[in-house]
Amino acid sequence: MNDFRRRFLKLTAGAGALTAAAAAGLVTGRQAFAAPWNKAAFESKAMADAMKSLGAANLIESKDIVITAPDIAENGAVVPVAVTSKIPNTQSIAILAEKNPFPLAAAFDISGGVDGYVSTRVKMGQTSNVRAVVKADGKFYTAVKEVKVTIGGCG
Amino acid sequence: MAEPMKIRATLQGDVADVRILMMHPMETGQRKDAKGEIVPLHFIQSVVVTHNGKTVLDAQWSQAISRNPFLGLHVKGAKAGDKIAVTWTDNKNEKRTDEVAVTPGS
Repeated sequence: MNDFRRRFLKLTAGAGALTAAAAAGLVTGRQAFAAPWNKAAFESKAMADAMKSLGAANLIESKDIVITAPDIAENGAVVPVAVTSKIPNTQSIAILAEKNPFPLAAAFDISGGVDGYVSTRVKMGQTSNVRAVVKADGKFYTAVKEVKVTIGGCG
Repeated sequence: MAEPMKIRATLQGDVADVRILMMHPMETGQRKDAKGEIVPLHFIQSVVVTHNGKTVLDAQWSQAISRNPFLGLHVKGAKAGDKIAVTWTDNKNEKRTDEVAVTPGS
């Protein structure tokens, strides 16, 4: 039995309990309204863990996802990143910076009311790949773009 | 109380180009202040955008989003005068909601 697997299962079990509590109406206010914050995914220190906590498996590389970000970011504290998904029925878009202490930067759940497009600014500790993970019709698609960072923005 | 957001929603065809600028320190919990003490984690965890009361985007963020966060999105099927409301909640459970009307584009 490996230790990582045990820890991972523990984390996801915790997240599952929270979802159940929200569904049962035990968690009031915002959490009942919006999806509970995905603690397991956001506190993952490795890409693979974050992906698992997002439920993303069998990633398909897709050219229909366009990541708009600078090739070289002078200031890692403010890296503009926009993700456009041309995949029909895009349900969620996640942005990850692979070498950040906590790779997952943001996850956007979108409904049919918006285009498959989000734009924001993220911090990056060092030069790394920026990965977008798009969920559409229950499948996960992904794309990467490397951003070179001159001055890190996580300190 | 947190400072107001700057929100601009401009109509382009039947799509509203929404740009939101929030005022928030977004502390990562890794930075040290002048005394060498770690500044505690303080960041926006959740952002909900509604279009005429209907949720169109529900975002979860980590501390890796930059200070004074920017968020851009395109709301489909919008008309001039439609209401775009944005609510954020941070890890200290502070929240703020601001609302604007969609303005016709040029």
